[in-house]
Amino acid sequence: MVTVEKDFIIRTKGVDFFYGAFRALSDITMNFEKNRVTALIGPSGCGKSTLLRLLNRMNDLIDGTRVEGEILFEDRNIYAPDVDPVEIRQRIGMVFQKPNPFPKSIYNNITYAPKLAGIRDSGEIEALVEESLKQVVLWDEVKDILTKSAMTLSGGQQQRLCIARALAMKPDVILMDEPTSALDPISTAKIEELIDTLKKHYTIIIVTHNMQQAARISEYTGFFYLGKLIEFNATEKIFTNPDVKHTEDYITGRFG
Amino acid sequence: MNGKTFESSMRSRYFKQRLFFGAVRLSALLITLALLGILAYILANGFRAITWEFLTQPPTDSMTKGGIMPAIVGTFYLTVGAILVALPLGVVSAIFLTEYAKQGALSRIIRVGVNCLAGVPSVVFGLFGLGFFVVFLKFGSCILAGALTLGILILPTIIGAAEEAIKAVPQTFREASLALGVSKWDTIFRIVLPSALPGILTGAILGVGRAAGETAPIMFTAAAFFTAVLPKSIFDEVMALPYHIYVLATAGTHIEETRPLQYGTVLVLIALVLGIDLIAIIMRSMIRRNKRW
Ligand SMILES: Nc1ncnc2c1ncn2[C@@H]1O[C@H](COP(=O)(O)OP(=O)(O)OP(=O)(O)O)[C@@H](O)[C@H]1O
Ligand SMILES: [Mg+2]
Repeated sequence: MVTVEKDFIIRTKGVDFFYGAFRALSDITMNFEKNRVTALIGPSGCGKSTLLRLLNRMNDLIDGTRVEGEILFEDRNIYAPDVDPVEIRQRIGMVFQKPNPFPKSIYNNITYAPKLAGIRDSGEIEALVEESLKQVVLWDEVKDILTKSAMTLSGGQQQRLCIARALAMKPDVILMDEPTSALDPISTAKIEELIDTLKKHYTIIIVTHNMQQAARISEYTGFFYLGKLIEFNATEKIFTNPDVKHTEDYITGRFG
Repeated sequence: MNGKTFESSMRSRYFKQRLFFGAVRLSALLITLALLGILAYILANGFRAITWEFLTQPPTDSMTKGGIMPAIVGTFYLTVGAILVALPLGVVSAIFLTEYAKQGALSRIIRVGVNCLAGVPSVVFGLFGLGFFVVFLKFGSCILAGALTLGILILPTIIGAAEEAIKAVPQTFREASLALGVSKWDTIFRIVLPSALPGILTGAILGVGRAAGETAPIMFTAAAFFTAVLPKSIFDEVMALPYHIYVLATAGTHIEETRPLQYGTVLVLIALVLGIDLIAIIMRSMIRRNKRW
């Protein structure tokens, strides 16, 4: 038998995480495969968002937190003292639960971060705007109103704009924290389609409370409970024949 | 609960609500009336003094005749100077307090200091300005010394307003920016400050009113009893409206005679402050229109 070496872009090794004295994650060891969609599921408060925000050092913003263990991004520990979190966040983008565009024009929402990252050429910037908006299938809807405030868009459009904004930085990984929970079914379907096309070029890690969504869009699924990773397997296996009874109970809705 | 008591409890609640709103409305009305009363009184007494000559000429005949142009110009310079000093300093302090030194001992000490500063009588600022800027730094009595003194005087107002405005910027904006790999400084400068600008301008408006109206801080640091010429540099003394009023009303030999001039000067001072405020308010609403969330 030939074992194919999988290409893991992010690996966590024995990660513990504390909010003050409260231990929110215990001993999380997980490998995230490149150009695949990995879903994180589990009941509310089990630490999914906490783990996601650890992967791009967003938890740095919260006072009194502490990480133990290692998180390797392309074999480099992102919590090593010489690592600049700004650089990590440029390569690992994030989409939040509630759409959070800046109170700027649609155009400037996209160009904001790339410009600060040093892209000056106006042709390049314009191409970037078009490309990012086309990737999220928003271009046709907004191409004539690029100078209008992003706040005037619908929730679903705003969320796609936020994804486009993240894509414009050309990250390697995109973290999504319940990106469709504030959206209607049609917008949700659009974003799911989008995730499917994005995974050709990006690694996607998505938190979701929607079991069907996890089953539809992801290749791998991790089930969390009370800060522990209970089971991490191929999505198909998790949803048809999980190794752990606890997982099955959760997926079939026998406990919340 | 049966229908009847429910209805009567609703009615009593409704009555209490009416009573409360009535009281609120009444106090708002009283405040407005007091303000309008003062304005009307000054207007009635002062408007006859307002002539073209009054606004464009220096005082003549031992300040019993002529205009107040040098004082208008002086107060304008002092007020603008004070804002130029206090706004950058205040905003930077507020950024430090809200975004960097959130809790620590240092920020507590600074906050206590700022609050003390806010409670210090304005004549103390005047003496400080005299001792430090005029004498120690050898600026002499001039626009620079007066503007710096007034700037320190209004600093707590500006810091307070800027702090509130910065705190009111949704945390989600900061997160969105930082998650895109934008540095903390760029996030503050490009996202937080523009969103906080309307609130910061409100602080500036309050500061303008305070700085333009104060007499004691400029008495020893900038204000001239009389000068017919306009300042040529920030190292010149100037006349100032509040000090001019003070002089006309207390120090002259023609106090009764110059009453109309006094009211006229007060009217001009109020108009100047309102004018500067109006500019700031228009700027603020223009910014708000572009940035709604
Ligand atoms: N800023 C914080 N300070 C203290 N405790 C926190 C903080 N954020 C989260 N927690 C705690 O950490 C635990 C995990 O929270 P987390 O937000 O990661 O859960 P989650 O799995 O994303 O839940 P949900 O599905 O509701 O979003 C919870 O017990 C929560 O109360
Ligand atoms: Mg969450």
